[in-house]
Amino acid sequence: MRNKNGLLSASLAALALSLAACGGGSEVSPDTLRRGISANPDSVDPHKVSSQWENIVIGDMFIGLFTDGADATPVLGMAESYEISEDGRTWTFELKDANWSDGEPVTASDFEFAFRRILTPSTASQYASMLFLIENAEEFYGGEVEADQLGVEAVDDDTLVINLEYPAPYLPGILKHYVSFPVPEHAIEEFGDDWTDPENIVVNGPYRLEQFRTGDFLRSVVNPEWEGVEDLCFTEVIYFPYDDLDAVERYIQTGRLDMNNSFDGQRTDELRERFPGWVRTAPALITTYYSINTELEIFEDTRVRNALAMALDRDFMVNEVLTAGYEPAYSLIPPGTANYTEDGAQVYWADMSQEDRMVEARRLLEDAGFGPDNPLEFEYTYRSTDDNPRVAPAVQASWLEIADWVRPEILQKETQVQYALLRQGDFQIGDGAWVADFNDPKNFLFLLQSNAGPMNYGRYNNPEYDALVEAADNERDLDVRAQMLEEAEQMMLDDMPVIPMWYQVTKNLVDPTLTGFVDNADDVHRSRYICREG
Amino acid sequence: MPRFLSRISLPFILKRLLIAIPTLFVVITVAFFMMRAAPGSPFSNDRRLEPAVEAQILAVYGHDRPLHEQYLTYLGDVARGDFGPSLRNKDKTVSELIGEGLPVSATIGGLAMFFAFVVGGGLGIISGLKQNSAVDYGLMGVATLGISIPSYVVGPVAALVFGVWIPIFAPGGLDLGRMTPYTITLPVITLSLYYIAGISRIMRGSMIEAMRSNHIRTARSKGVPEREIILKHALPIAVLPLVSYIGPASVGVVTGSLVIERVFSLPGIGSFFIDGALNRDYTLVMGVVILFATLILLMNLVADVLYAILDPRVKY
Repeated sequence: MRNKNGLLSASLAALALSLAACGGGSEVSPDTLRRGISANPDSVDPHKVSSQWENIVIGDMFIGLFTDGADATPVLGMAESYEISEDGRTWTFELKDANWSDGEPVTASDFEFAFRRILTPSTASQYASMLFLIENAEEFYGGEVEADQLGVEAVDDDTLVINLEYPAPYLPGILKHYVSFPVPEHAIEEFGDDWTDPENIVVNGPYRLEQFRTGDFLRSVVNPEWEGVEDLCFTEVIYFPYDDLDAVERYIQTGRLDMNNSFDGQRTDELRERFPGWVRTAPALITTYYSINTELEIFEDTRVRNALAMALDRDFMVNEVLTAGYEPAYSLIPPGTANYTEDGAQVYWADMSQEDRMVEARRLLEDAGFGPDNPLEFEYTYRSTDDNPRVAPAVQASWLEIADWVRPEILQKETQVQYALLRQGDFQIGDGAWVADFNDPKNFLFLLQSNAGPMNYGRYNNPEYDALVEAADNERDLDVRAQMLEEAEQMMLDDMPVIPMWYQVTKNLVDPTLTGFVDNADDVHRSRYICREG
Repeated sequence: MPRFLSRISLPFILKRLLIAIPTLFVVITVAFFMMRAAPGSPFSNDRRLEPAVEAQILAVYGHDRPLHEQYLTYLGDVARGDFGPSLRNKDKTVSELIGEGLPVSATIGGLAMFFAFVVGGGLGIISGLKQNSAVDYGLMGVATLGISIPSYVVGPVAALVFGVWIPIFAPGGLDLGRMTPYTITLPVITLSLYYIAGISRIMRGSMIEAMRSNHIRTARSKGVPEREIILKHALPIAVLPLVSYIGPASVGVVTGSLVIERVFSLPGIGSFFIDGALNRDYTLVMGVVILFATLILLMNLVADVLYAILDPRVKY
């Protein structure tokens, strides 16, 4: 008996000892920036990614013709200067003298190669369509023309010409996006698909990938060839794909993270108290909106669509249910969008009080023929993630309040599934959100063009709207263009194929001793601008 | 050859291994079609694809072909040991991912099992020998708690208490990929708690039974010292039910790791499995399913063989 006990306690003691001996984590150098990026990158190949967390890592490694300023506005990157032709369709760039991290020069042909590569179907880039504004890009992608007809040409080592299908004043925003990053032709030719392995990767930005452990961390170190290497405050950046927000709080509390690109919006106040100075929010180019399936008979009538849209008590939802900082939305395009009119368009009932809207909603539905004998029955589906499950009952309550013959059913769907159903048009009213890829009204309005296919969830089809948006594409005068886009948005809002709900905010946690972090609507914060005080 | 080895029948093991092949085949088939029946695709997320782009991507990955063709191709690849590229983690193949994650999961799972057997077994023996005493009630009370509180509660609490308030262990994550006692102690203990509880209860019961059996009474009447009775005569019998518990327990450790890896931000295959399922990374999920199924079949076989070694009454 005693013997048994002895053995057990001895082994426990041994275990405890060995643990104590190895206790303590390794010290982190003050030259290391540790960023939480909330999810595991699918890839570090700029042509094979599609998400913001990947952009955090990749944007530290590659620099396009334009690049992000500290506040994410487009500033010159690899381009030293550029000229735009009279018709706004030809952009000519002169490149800087710059080298890849292996010492090879960055040339115009690296860009030409990159544009061709991302637009080659076998690259399987999910983002290829963002470049369809380049002349013949869509045709090249569809195999209709050869590569030499693509509107990107390296005239010589230092000169790159890009021809567009139509003048696009927002081109710099696209050229700073990772779809437009150059990739090293010589390295891709040598290593093929393995070129992104840490031992092979060649970059033209400030940091180069050194380690990539899936679901664990990525580590990038300074690229000595980077022109601004002397100004970098951190010699390495470690990215942690932590998706558990409780865990993130523990890591911040124990000093294991310097930044994280998300937090639980419901706990904003609590976080402000626990981590003074860490909580950073700013208006973002993200609109949550509900799509109405316009192909369904009950939703054919714009009066029905407007009635359902105006009944939703956005103030209550935004103030009582959602992340602090969200703003009720009365348009699809969020405020602060570039190249747009000062006030933008607005739903016609935006200035009515919630009570008046309820009365009006009921009147509209009655006018449309609904009533006790002809109840309005429909289904609302919503995503299982983020704030959406919490707000769904409030949405239902608002609709129930119109009249007892309005009978909404609410149904939660796994987020993936919800988007699949939306794309297939297999829904009645469905929740979703759109995060702008570049800062321009077009990035929202194209979603409702009839040729947007599955991206136009509710299959809104208004030839006048289509024509107006297309005409705006060819307008060179920015003010005139903005007016046209506003007119288009107004037309669409009056038809109400989508119900704007709220504009979202960026949600970052940033150590207050860090400098150089500038809140911005794009929510892009390059590591090279960030420093640690003292 | 030692006597106990002679009790293992080679044909039996071969037969079991052969049965494992059709079992795996069924698992692969069911998992394949279940995975594909789920709505969504590995290429869809918030990002909306232009139809032309989507069609091209499907073609690149062969997903535009009929499902049964894809299934046959997949079977062929698996038979050659090729799990294919991960559909989401585009820089890595499924085999590379398993190679990264398995060491983490196996270390934590293995240590947790070991810890559970040592501690759970020890506590069970003490409880069994002191049946109905305060010690017994105390230990079994704790064991019942251990079974009833799920690890997704114990984990975060343990991380908070021993990682943040009394920071003797890491609150989660590894030390830049390195597994150190500092980083893996909490996950190992959390994962083992449930099994410590289960094992100690099993051990207690079988110990009590063994101490009451006829041959123990005979030994006592012959005046054999109590210590020798326990170690030589009671324990070998009492431990048998635990051996048959190894199979199910290892399955539990594997599935339990899904939760633990999530809670402690560990890059094991459990995390990959969850991410893969959510992202519809078909090949990754299939790879992990095949791995799990193989492990479970193997562990059950090991348990059966051990049983044969330990219990002279068992013959195959």
